[in-house]
Amino acid sequence: MFGRLLLLAILGAGPAAAQGLGDAARGAELFGQCKRCHQIGAGAVHRIGPHLNRIFGRKIGAHDDYPYSKSMKRAAADGLIWTLETLDTYIENPKSLVSGTRMNFGGIKDAGDRADLLAYLRQFSDNPANIPEAEPTATATDHDIDPAILAIQGDPAYGEYLSGECTTCHQVDGEDEGIPSITAWPAEDFVIALHNYKRKTRPHPVMQMIAGRLNDEEIAALAAYFATLDAN
Amino acid sequence: MLNRRGFLSSVAATGVAFSAPMVLAQARPRVVVVGGGAGGATVARYLAKDSKGALDITLVEPTRTYYTCFFSNLYLGGFREWESLAHSYGKLAADYGINVVHDLAVGVDRGAKTVTLGGGHVLPYDRLVLSPGIDFKDGSVPGWGLESQNIMPHAYKAGSQTQLLKAQVENMREGGTFCMIAPPNPYRCPPGPYERVSMIAHMLKEKNPTAKILIVDPKERYSKQGLFEEGWMKHYPGMIDRIGPDFGAANTEVRPDAMEVVIDGSVEKVDVCNVIPAQKAGVIAAIAGITDDAGWAPVIPHTMQSRMDENIHVLGDASAQGDMPKSGFSANSQAKVAAMAIRGALTGSSVFPAKFSNTCWSLIATDDGVKVGAAYEATDEKIASVDSFVSQTGEDAALRKATYEESLGWYAGITADMFG
Repeated sequence: MFGRLLLLAILGAGPAAAQGLGDAARGAELFGQCKRCHQIGAGAVHRIGPHLNRIFGRKIGAHDDYPYSKSMKRAAADGLIWTLETLDTYIENPKSLVSGTRMNFGGIKDAGDRADLLAYLRQFSDNPANIPEAEPTATATDHDIDPAILAIQGDPAYGEYLSGECTTCHQVDGEDEGIPSITAWPAEDFVIALHNYKRKTRPHPVMQMIAGRLNDEEIAALAAYFATLDAN
Repeated sequence: MLNRRGFLSSVAATGVAFSAPMVLAQARPRVVVVGGGAGGATVARYLAKDSKGALDITLVEPTRTYYTCFFSNLYLGGFREWESLAHSYGKLAADYGINVVHDLAVGVDRGAKTVTLGGGHVLPYDRLVLSPGIDFKDGSVPGWGLESQNIMPHAYKAGSQTQLLKAQVENMREGGTFCMIAPPNPYRCPPGPYERVSMIAHMLKEKNPTAKILIVDPKERYSKQGLFEEGWMKHYPGMIDRIGPDFGAANTEVRPDAMEVVIDGSVEKVDVCNVIPAQKAGVIAAIAGITDDAGWAPVIPHTMQSRMDENIHVLGDASAQGDMPKSGFSANSQAKVAAMAIRGALTGSSVFPAKFSNTCWSLIATDDGVKVGAAYEATDEKIASVDSFVSQTGEDAALRKATYEESLGWYAGITADMFG
């Protein structure tokens, strides 16, 4: 218990409370909003969404008996792992991590609420090796995007020029065979996703490279441009 | 030369001052694009799309139906239908107002700023874009020439040659030998010859499993070598041999009539021989007088302008630009930078810093795709690589399948980006 407190103290030094684990009892209450689709605990089975037992440390999209979305399967092939950090990102804004996820959930903006929920979920991941705060990645940088970055008003005209680098692969008309569509993507989701590629919390070598050399204004401009497009 | 150029441009500048009202009354600035591939079609489309009618754009391309060279290996392997590689210029004409001329550019008069076509027409330009792809260097493989390409196809410009090569491999005798004479650097599509070997191995494994593949390669190393070698060991064990320069591959001649390949004096009988010769810029670049001793057209990285004529831009395989590979993806990327620079020069639109990127996907076997890519920036000296990635050996099957599916998405994306 003492060690746990010490760890929390160290983690708590970072800017985001969600980097540590919160209050599991409160998390159990918060899980109420997930229950319509997800089961967890003894006897949990897939419902609308997959069950969430032993999720920490597991590869994304790893249940053979659950019909994942194309996007989720792609993330699985990219090697994304559910860790404290990736789960936190996903729960904050699901589409920022897996653009085409079918999880129809707006996300939890409050970092403290997320920390509580994650503390609850973690109780059902019984393998000690999966306990996230034991991993060095658990102390990685805060994933929360600086509100100042989210507040940047992108210039769609500049975004249209920059989009030339995207449209070699991502079709403007919204076709998404093999490569996801980014047309009509809400600007905030776009910005968060690109920053997650830039900091390499979201896996994919091409996108990490492309996002890696886009600055904040360029990402905002692209987001502004693609948000204005209509998919066919 | 410099003096004369300087003199001419100062006369031109003075002339403009006196005749400004006439200039306004004249037709829109004219851009002529030679070559309708990944560079030429893209630059024409972006110029038309982004200038919103302010430019008069002519695209000169001899073929009415364009077959992409990228993915033509997948046709050889049986993964694509031939017609799936076919694209027409109808949308560029109908939706973008581009004047598509199906003819061959045979002359460039840089002083008069005109392009002469094989049919005799002369097209004036304010800016000329040359995106002619590659031609072959005469004599690079002794014994081989255009007159023997029906016996030993190159199949390195997609079209009838690709169909011929596929038919030859399909009809090869049981247990026969397919030989590839690989090209020296630099050449179009660095992983291309090795993806082709993979695709032919895939076809032979199904139809002619005792056949052999022999690669005669003048290069020490090649693109994605570790990935290809791992894949060949896994999918086609014992089928593929490669002879490198250490065994005399750089000293190779062919005898098409006898179907023989002579490697450093030793004669090999082969059944199908794919000769991919050494390459140079498409011949119109040399006709225009903008190529270097190596046969490529040096360009200014920031704008893709020829270093020998600021009114000409060169895109794609034909350009000597620095670190980017000669690929359709590169040409498409360069075309967008050139389109921005041309619009800036002719219409005064905003010009942003040049950015380039490239990714090359290759298929090794069913659902076993790999990729290599990099990001680039313009420096005064060259287009310089600033970041890169490559698939790793030992990746799991799901990732390889996803990589292949991603390449299908890219094909749909880039062809939509080229042809509208």
